[in-house]
Amino acid sequence: MTALTWLIPIALFLGLLGLAAFLWSLKSGQFDDLEGAAYRILEDDPEEHTPAKGTDAKPAG
Amino acid sequence: MAEAQLIDRAPALIAEAAAAPSQTATFAVENMNCGGCMGKIERVLSGQPGVVGARANLSAKRVTVAFEPGRTSAPKLLASLEDAGFTAAEFVAADLSAEEKLNRDFLGRLGVAGFAAMNVMLLSVSVWSGGESMNPATHDLFHWVSALIAIPAVAYAGQPFFSSAWRGLRALRVTMDVPISLAILLSAGMSLVQTMRGGHEIYFDACVTLLFFLLIGRFLDQRMRLRAKGAAQNLLRMRSQTATIIRTDGSAESVPTAALLPGDRLVVATGERIPADGVILLGRSQTDESLLTGESLPRSVAPGDEIYAGTVNLGTALEMSVTKGEKNTLLAEMTTLMETAEQARGRYVRLADRAARLYGPGVHLLALTTFLGWMFAGGGWEFSLLTAIAVLIVTCPCALALAVPAVQVAASSKLFAAGVLVKAADGLERISEIDTIVFDKTGTLTHGQPALLDAGTHEKETLQAAASLAIASRHPYARAVVAAARQLFGSVQRSENVEEVPGFGLKQKTLTGEERLGSAEWCGVSAAQHGEASLWYSRPCAKPVAFTFADTVRPGAAKIVKSLLAAGFAVELISGDRPDAVRAIAVALGIAAWRARCKPQDKIARLDELRLGGRKVLMVGDGLNDAPALAASHASLSPSTAADISQMTSDAVFQGQSLMPVLELIATARRAQRMAFENFAIAGVYNIIFVPIAMAGYVTPLVAAIAMSTSSILVTANALRLRNSKGRLAQ
Repeated sequence: MTALTWLIPIALFLGLLGLAAFLWSLKSGQFDDLEGAAYRILEDDPEEHTPAKGTDAKPAG
Repeated sequence: MAEAQLIDRAPALIAEAAAAPSQTATFAVENMNCGGCMGKIERVLSGQPGVVGARANLSAKRVTVAFEPGRTSAPKLLASLEDAGFTAAEFVAADLSAEEKLNRDFLGRLGVAGFAAMNVMLLSVSVWSGGESMNPATHDLFHWVSALIAIPAVAYAGQPFFSSAWRGLRALRVTMDVPISLAILLSAGMSLVQTMRGGHEIYFDACVTLLFFLLIGRFLDQRMRLRAKGAAQNLLRMRSQTATIIRTDGSAESVPTAALLPGDRLVVATGERIPADGVILLGRSQTDESLLTGESLPRSVAPGDEIYAGTVNLGTALEMSVTKGEKNTLLAEMTTLMETAEQARGRYVRLADRAARLYGPGVHLLALTTFLGWMFAGGGWEFSLLTAIAVLIVTCPCALALAVPAVQVAASSKLFAAGVLVKAADGLERISEIDTIVFDKTGTLTHGQPALLDAGTHEKETLQAAASLAIASRHPYARAVVAAARQLFGSVQRSENVEEVPGFGLKQKTLTGEERLGSAEWCGVSAAQHGEASLWYSRPCAKPVAFTFADTVRPGAAKIVKSLLAAGFAVELISGDRPDAVRAIAVALGIAAWRARCKPQDKIARLDELRLGGRKVLMVGDGLNDAPALAASHASLSPSTAADISQMTSDAVFQGQSLMPVLELIATARRAQRMAFENFAIAGVYNIIFVPIAMAGYVTPLVAAIAMSTSSILVTANALRLRNSKGRLAQ
């Protein structure tokens, strides 16, 4: 029983952490283009065209 | 304007790029088809001076660019995309943000429901497997933790259902969302009460899992529709163009057509689409009004005549004044007609909601009977109430609510891959019911553009020479010559030094004299020799050659009409064109029932007549004159070349040259409907098994959770069969 008083909050906290990560990634637009994301990992960056910078510059909406 | 730009630029000049105020633009890119294109588009845009960043979205076929307004502009960026071989058009930000927000919002709710379902289920499984040997304090603790997770999750993730049910109830309609919301709220409420009292009838797991499954169904349904709508919007954007406006100081400037105001003076070049309704100020020409009236012969226009947006200027460049925005334009007239016509369709009740009309009251009656039955049998009010609520939970139309969306998503994505965009939520259901198909002629059964007749009879050399001149012009006839030559000989060489004389034709100086392509008088042909021909080609020391053009039938149209007739559909042709032109097409395609010279009102009248005769009509049309008919018919379909308003009115839009999607759409819609009924049957069997068990008071939370999940999974699995099926059309 004492173990449970520790373990349940820990389990819930970890679960909530996952949920928060999901909601954050959703909010930052990572789920907007699931098809494109599959190709992006195959993209080599010949010069520094920095898609990451593009994300930063992405407007709200 | 210039001042504002200066002010905008000032901080940029001071603080350099880092602090530059950036502006964003979104472009729809038609041919962004793979990861490679996506990378290339981003590289092209990022390489432009003044661009801060570019991010492409492959699923939506759009790219968002952030740039410094002083150093570059949206039209410049568009041009750079075009240079790289992409067809692109600018998107207004408001067009997409609402959709995207809705989609994200739904996914967020789905995530919360999923998290809650998994965690509550974890706790419930422990309680079930612990059984009687569990310490009551632990038992209570687990239930309290479940409540802590489930209650906020239900309150947040259930909102789409609650608000939709509430809207329905206020309009005195029982939709599927009413029994759903009731079951979710009651089970959550009862479980909370039971938790407080230390009871055992706790359904948090079933309640949250149910919510999770239902949200998945809704989310997929909505995402599919958004995708179809987004693709349809992209298509519309691709076609919208800019107009050349003349300022009061005489300078010309290119502006988007949406920004035109009444009173603006415009120049419309040869072969261009007229960007707005207006009156001709200068110039005589001919316009192709087939998209408006279905009439395939050009109309002669002179100063003072009204011309309409969407028509094509075939002759000389025109100067016109915009009257758009005033009442009594053709578009306004069509809109009024459409508003009245559309009312009938608004009354259509979806299959799921028709089922809910019977199902909702039936379920509530069953629960009431259970409660009263147990009260009379002496079960005590608490037990009676619990059992009644268990009946409500078990009968909650999880499978029913998933049955239709699951099928629709499978069907729509199959059609999407085939180039048919189903936009209306209830479009597939309505299409599956049709028994009559009414076609428009120009632009629907035909291409809506002139094509060179008997191209094979011309000498190869002549046609090639004519095409190498014609390639310099945007006139529809010239384009038809080029297209014919391309089809016959593969490629067309561009001649040097070709000069276009608006209203007459093209000429090119050669060593022996002058080659000309154009009107009869341009090529020195007398009126007597004129005949049917509309374009002539002349060269030194040779007889002028005549070219004739006609609107040609889409490939395979005859075969498709034949299969439709064979499948038992009635097929009609209603056109605004001349009787002889309509008759020729009707005979060629084997359509017995045809009408010519129909105004939009006549088309609606005929559709009403068919409806009163008990017919359910699918209208297939493209013109502005078809828009009211498209709105009035039971279901409607447009090619992607259709007028904007027609495309927006239609339930579905098909891409490509072939009419094959008509067959495919009907076949898939019918299969989908059949499958939806199959799913209803599965759900029905499930209810027949579990309702008696629930009424008898034997449903434990474990039984409810298992029953609910299996029926949902069965229904979804059945719907997925549609993806692998080959549609065949049979009555």
